[in-house]
Amino acid sequence: MTTGTSAAASPVALPPYEQVVAEYDPVLGLEVHVELSTATKMFCGCSTAFGAPPNTHVCPVCLGLPGSLPVVNAAAVEAAVRIGLALNCHIAPWCRFARKNYFYPDMPKDFQVSQYDEPIASDGWLDVEIPTDDGPRTLRVGIERAHMEEDTGKTLHVGGTTGRIQGAEYSLVDYNRAGIPLIEIVTKPLEGVGSLAPVVARAYVAELRDLVRGLGVSDVRMEEGSLRCDVNVSLRPSADAPYGLRTETKNVNSLRSVERAVTYEMRRQAGLLSAGQRVHQETRHWHEDTGLTTSGRSKEQAEDYRYFPEPDLVPVAPRDEWVEQLRAGLPEQPSVRRRRLQQQWGFSELEMRDVVNAGAVDLVAHTVAAGASPASAKKWWLGEVARRANEAGHDLDSAAITPQHVARVQALVEQGTLTDKMARAVIEGVMAGEGDPDAVVQARGLGVVSDDAALLAAVDRAIDALPDVAAKVREGKTAAVGALIGAVMKDLRGQADAAGVRALLLDRLGSPS
Amino acid sequence: MPERISRDDVAHVARLARLSLTDAELDLFTGQLAAVLEHAADVDALEDGDIPEMTHPFPLHNVLRDDVVGACVDRDEVLAQAPLAEEGRFRVPPILGEEP
Repeated sequence: MTTGTSAAASPVALPPYEQVVAEYDPVLGLEVHVELSTATKMFCGCSTAFGAPPNTHVCPVCLGLPGSLPVVNAAAVEAAVRIGLALNCHIAPWCRFARKNYFYPDMPKDFQVSQYDEPIASDGWLDVEIPTDDGPRTLRVGIERAHMEEDTGKTLHVGGTTGRIQGAEYSLVDYNRAGIPLIEIVTKPLEGVGSLAPVVARAYVAELRDLVRGLGVSDVRMEEGSLRCDVNVSLRPSADAPYGLRTETKNVNSLRSVERAVTYEMRRQAGLLSAGQRVHQETRHWHEDTGLTTSGRSKEQAEDYRYFPEPDLVPVAPRDEWVEQLRAGLPEQPSVRRRRLQQQWGFSELEMRDVVNAGAVDLVAHTVAAGASPASAKKWWLGEVARRANEAGHDLDSAAITPQHVARVQALVEQGTLTDKMARAVIEGVMAGEGDPDAVVQARGLGVVSDDAALLAAVDRAIDALPDVAAKVREGKTAAVGALIGAVMKDLRGQADAAGVRALLLDRLGSPS
Repeated sequence: MPERISRDDVAHVARLARLSLTDAELDLFTGQLAAVLEHAADVDALEDGDIPEMTHPFPLHNVLRDDVVGACVDRDEVLAQAPLAEEGRFRVPPILGEEP
C-alpha cells in the first residue's frame, strides 16, 4: 500500500555531499534486470520483438489460461549460464523455478515465475575501474546471485493525472512483454566505498552493461528498458556500525541517473538522520526531470510473496561439460578488451580514461571500424556529440547519431567538403533528426564552396566593394588581405576554405602569396 | 496435538489471497488446515534416509524447447474473453497500491 508517512514528515534540508560523507558511511546494493534478446519468451514460443501492437504476442501460456503449460526456453538458460560465468559465479548443478505470488494485473497468472532459493548462478564478482585523483582504482563488487525470471506486462493508467497510478479511473494492460526472459543480477552489500559510492554504482552498471553486451545476450539499452536498475542505499554512522534502514529506488533508467540517484538518496537520508528523524524502509521512485526520489510503497511490512517451487516446470540441471564448454567460449572481458583497444588506438592512459568515463569505448571502436582515425573518432564523440547529449540530458550511447554518421562527417572534413565548424553543424543536424550527414549537408546548404566560378565571383565582388583595401594589397601590403577574406567568407556564408580564398585574392591582385 | 497453524495465520493467508472469511469459516479452516499440516508432520517424522526431496512426480529435468517463434493467438479472440477491453488492451479496475 502507498503510505504518505515520509511525505508527511517535515521537509529537511539536503546537506552538502561533503558533509554527508564526512558523517555517514554508505552501503549500496544494486539489482539489475537484463532483458534477454532471445527470439521467444521464457516459457512459450511468443515473439519478443519490441514495438508490436498491444496483445499480439500472447498465447495461452503467457496469458496464464487454465490448462496451459510452460516449457523453458533453452536459449535463455544458456544466456543465464553465460552471464553467471562471466560474473565469476558458481553455476548451480540443479535448480528450480519458483512462483512469486502477488496480485497485480501486470501478470495475468497472479504470480511471476522466478527463482527463489535456488538461483542458477551465485557467489561471483565483477571488477570495476574507478577514476580517482590518484589514478584508476579497481574495486571488486561481489555478486550475490543471478537468476532467471519472466518479465511482466505493461500497464497504462487512465484518468486522474495522466500516467499516474494515483487517481486513475482504470488501467489498460498489454501482455506482449509478459514472459520475456529476464536475468536479475543482485550484488552483495557494497561497503567501504565512502564518498565514491555514486561513482562506483555507475561504474558497476556500466561495466555490467558492457559485459552483457559483449556476451551478445541482450541489447542492454537502459532507455528502452532492456537493462533496468534498482538502487538500494542505506547510511550508518561508521563502517563498524550495523546497516541502517535502506530505501530501494526504482525507475533509474540511465547511467547518469544511477550516479545522481545514489547521491540524492545519500543526501536525503543524511538530512533525515541529522535532523533526528528516521529513514523509512520503502520503495522510492526516481524522477529524471527533477533529480529527486519520491516515496512509493512502504516496505515496513516484509513482502509476503509465498514463494514455492513451480509445479509446472521440472528442474534445470546444467551438465558440467556443457558449462565448461560455455566457459571456454566466453568473449574477451571488457577490461581486457579496453587495454587491447587502448594499445591499438595509441591512446594515453588519460585519453583512454576519458573515453571509458564517457561510455564511448564501443562508439569509438565502431567509428574506427567505419573508417575514421581513433583520434578523430574520440574528438567528435567526446566533444560535439557529448556536449549535445549532455545538454539533452542523456547518455552518449542513446544520442541520436551513429558511429557510421560520425565516420562520414570526419570523411567529409578530410576530403575538404566540410570545415570543422560546418562539421559541428552537421552533427547538430543529424542529432536533431534531419537525416544522415550527406542529407544534412544537402538540406542546410553546407559544404565548402569549391565551385571556382562562384568563388571567383565572390572574390571579385569583395574587391569591388573594398577598393581601398584592394589597392593596399596590390601595393604589396598583404596583411590587409584579411578584410577581403572576411568579405568573401561573409558573402559565401562561411562556406569556403579560408586559405583557398586568400590564395585566390592574392593571385587576383597580383601580389605574391 | 501441537498447534500447527493459528487462527491469525489463516486470517493472514486469507488476506494475502484476497479472501474474505467469516469468523465461523476462520475457525473451520484453521482446524482443517491444522489437520493437513499434521499429516505432513507425520510424513516428515518418517525415517526418510537418503530419499531426495521431490517437487514433481516424474524424475525429469532439463525439459527445454528451442528458441523458435511459434503461433500466437488472435487478439480479438483473446480480448473477447476479457470482461472489458479498450484500444487492444485489457481494461482492469483502478489499481490500488504499487506494483511489486
